[in-house]
Amino acid sequence: MILTLAWCLPLLGALLLAFVPRWSESGARICGIIVAALSLAMLVWAWFGFDPDGPLFQHVLEVPWVPSIGVAYRVGVDGIALAVATMSALVFLAAIAYPADTRGQSRQPDAHQYYAWMLFLMATSLAVFLVLDLLLFYVFFDLSLVGMYFLIGRWGHGKPQLSALTFFLFTFAGSLALLLGIIGLYLSLDTPSFDMRLIIEQRPLADGGLYAGLVFLGLMLGLAIKTPLVPLHTWLPQAHVDAPGPASAILAGVLLKMGTYGMVRLPLAMLPDTFERYALVVGIIALVAILYGALVALGQRNLKRRIAYTSINHMGYTVLGIAVAASFSDNLAAKQLALTGATVEMVAHGLITGALFLICGSFWQRTGEYDLDYYGGLAHQAPLLTGLTVLVAFASLGMPGLAGFVAEFQIFAGTFAVYPWLAVLAVLGILITAGLFLDLLRRLFFGSLPVHLGQFTELNRVEVVVLSVLGLGIVIIGVYPSFLLEVIDGASALLIGGR
Amino acid sequence: MPLGDLLPEITLLLGAVLIVLFASFAPQRHQAWAAVVALVALLFALGFGILQWGAPPRLTFSGVWALDGVAIAAKLLILFSGVVVVALSPDWMRSDRRHGEYYALCLFSLLGMIMMASANDAMELVVGVLLSSAASYPLAAYHRGFTPALEAAMKYFLIGALANALLTIGVVILFGLVGDTDYIVASETFQAGTDSLALSVAVTCIVLGLIYKLGAVPAHAWMPDVAQAAPAPIAAFLTVAPKIGAAVALARFVTILPENLAWPSIIALISVATMTLGNLAALRQTDLRRLLGWSSVSQSGYMLMAIVVVGSGVDALPALLAFLVAYALANLLAFGIVTHLRGRTNVEHYHGLAYRQPLVTAALILALLSLVGIPPLVGFFGKFLLFEVTIEAGYAWLAVVAAINTLISLYYYLRVIAVTMFKAPQGEMHVVGSWSWVTLRVTLALMVVASLGFQWLLGVLEPIAFVGS
Repeated sequence: MILTLAWCLPLLGALLLAFVPRWSESGARICGIIVAALSLAMLVWAWFGFDPDGPLFQHVLEVPWVPSIGVAYRVGVDGIALAVATMSALVFLAAIAYPADTRGQSRQPDAHQYYAWMLFLMATSLAVFLVLDLLLFYVFFDLSLVGMYFLIGRWGHGKPQLSALTFFLFTFAGSLALLLGIIGLYLSLDTPSFDMRLIIEQRPLADGGLYAGLVFLGLMLGLAIKTPLVPLHTWLPQAHVDAPGPASAILAGVLLKMGTYGMVRLPLAMLPDTFERYALVVGIIALVAILYGALVALGQRNLKRRIAYTSINHMGYTVLGIAVAASFSDNLAAKQLALTGATVEMVAHGLITGALFLICGSFWQRTGEYDLDYYGGLAHQAPLLTGLTVLVAFASLGMPGLAGFVAEFQIFAGTFAVYPWLAVLAVLGILITAGLFLDLLRRLFFGSLPVHLGQFTELNRVEVVVLSVLGLGIVIIGVYPSFLLEVIDGASALLIGGR
Repeated sequence: MPLGDLLPEITLLLGAVLIVLFASFAPQRHQAWAAVVALVALLFALGFGILQWGAPPRLTFSGVWALDGVAIAAKLLILFSGVVVVALSPDWMRSDRRHGEYYALCLFSLLGMIMMASANDAMELVVGVLLSSAASYPLAAYHRGFTPALEAAMKYFLIGALANALLTIGVVILFGLVGDTDYIVASETFQAGTDSLALSVAVTCIVLGLIYKLGAVPAHAWMPDVAQAAPAPIAAFLTVAPKIGAAVALARFVTILPENLAWPSIIALISVATMTLGNLAALRQTDLRRLLGWSSVSQSGYMLMAIVVVGSGVDALPALLAFLVAYALANLLAFGIVTHLRGRTNVEHYHGLAYRQPLVTAALILALLSLVGIPPLVGFFGKFLLFEVTIEAGYAWLAVVAAINTLISLYYYLRVIAVTMFKAPQGEMHVVGSWSWVTLRVTLALMVVASLGFQWLLGVLEPIAFVGS
């Protein structure tokens, strides 16, 4: 019930904002913030009621819907879903509270629609993580595209409609591959059902063969486009650059996680035997994504594009961890470590990159420029902005004591035990990331202040509060990760140890 | 003669005759009452049709007329689309001098389509196809002062004449082979073995004749023209209702064919060609009605997917009917919007529609997204069932092709959605009147209900099957 409330509240909020006329901009925003905060509170409540030593799925609710084809409204969470969903709700709250970056133009008269779409996207995104029905998973997976499409197309800058269209077409292609995979999986059961718990229990298609391979390919293709893995990443940078800052934060912080969360939930849990066969291939692709993402990010002169490419790099770590968890190895502890690490990476990357894209939004709001050469010497002009950006950038490059380190350490430790050479090569990615973030900080904040930045203003109060909350989360996970690990470990132990 | 079995059809016929008589004598300003008569006749026919539902499947009138779940479901759906079309029309036709008899033609055409869906006999099928065609040609050309409409109707007629001639030839050859036109007798004869060359020719001719009504390749060329130039309610009518009848007739016909004829592969090829051509042609259209016409060609391709697997022992018929319901609702809604907006058709004229007509825009977006198959709209469930049955029957490649086509189709539907939402509005947005206003809302509500209550719909459709199987 509590999970249902968590995703239905934003939906109700969205309907309220969309269909009740005459919202003032600030009224719509406050309404959005309250609804998002309530939804987050529900998830936090669910967290306190969650027993890490209990069964895999908790807070389960099942209501029959289309019994003749085995569809029902089923929600429930394991530690992984709970962690990712709570992080998502926090990123949504931050994005809704953050000032929208329109360079001072008020977005009246359709401000309430912007917040309505935000809440709609929040509802569908949370539902993706919370549902336990394969068909509903697909439904919400797709609906989140619709929400994002309108956010980019209507409130983006640059060439928003082209970017929105590319985004929709590209990721919808992935969705269709996923749909075919899901139908293949569904038909392989003795009594077809979309109940995820049932499929995880039965682990169909264990004998391998062409059919299992095709189903696995369909699922992975769909999820890899969403993640995105090289070479299916080409939609991501442009969508990010043209999206409004808060929408970018959600795109990177929440929507990309659907891909990796899906990999854990569908192929890893449901088709472990097939995944095992292809784990090394997936691991190598992840390695390519890590190195390629980092190198291309290093070459970018556009602030937002650079951060977008680091997302590809970081999601590569997550996929590497998942591939290790799926691999054929007796070292259960290492596999479990890798899976926990991959989940922490999802949470950490959501908070870190969410914050980075919000900061990008602040830059755009002040200058309308993403070119790194345009900036410089802002450390004196905007010390708070500098401090927070440095914190988040250091977290992103894996500084110990911050969230990124906890995640990457576990992934690398697990990988080293199973595929040592993959780990050695992937560490290079961290090196390059460190270089590119230090270069980014140098170009933005140090050196002499260009004349045209004389009017550059410091962060306002709302921005500081929002970024501080995200920064606090990053620090807490970095210093005291056990509250998070405890919840995730239970799920990964059940998923890995159960085979 | 068990006349009671034909109550819905007889009601339609009486309604049509009544309208012809009324329209001959009533002055022009009273002709709109013919719409009311048509609506009453349709609603009574729907009521009688619903009463037929649930009885065990059987044949009547010496085995030429099927009363099974498929036929009745198709009948109800055809009648429903008739209701929507008739309700959209009075505002559109108000100034037309021949307003009244328009509805009579609609009812005759509907009667033909119902005959197609119910025919269990090749002769009956020919009569149904010819009746619906003959009554549809003048409807397409109803605005006889409008040259594009004449061109569209001419294309419709010429392709139709050829296709109907082929259909008749096919039925004649079939009769020569079997010595009867009854499907059951034919099926038994085929099981015993027959001349396969002659049978191939007959089947080719009959399939081509039905493909024409379905608007599938290679007899699709009339569809975009009619969608673009016929009166807007008729565009809604002719892109929806004949397909329902033709799809069911085709499914019924192919199930009697022997195994060795390889008809599933042929239908699968037609299906692929149809959906691909329709989608590719729709990509560059700048005219919404023409775009919808091409999109409805591609949707015929999806329908054929279910017909490919109809003999494979999977639940193809419920999938086909569910898809037809989804398609009919979405396409009627889309053309209803075009009608409501006075037939504005250039995509440029839809710029910024969201700012002037928010509800109409919402309806348009929902209709188009349902045609793509975005969940949780009813179109998704329809397509989902099609994918499921094709994969289950071993035609996974067909499902993959359909998925790729769905992706292509998203592009052009999104183009329309984008201009309504993202562009600045220009000029006034006139609407046509209150009939279409009400119809639009009712259709939209039904689509939402069908989306949310899909379980109920599927539960109703699940037990349907052809009589005798």
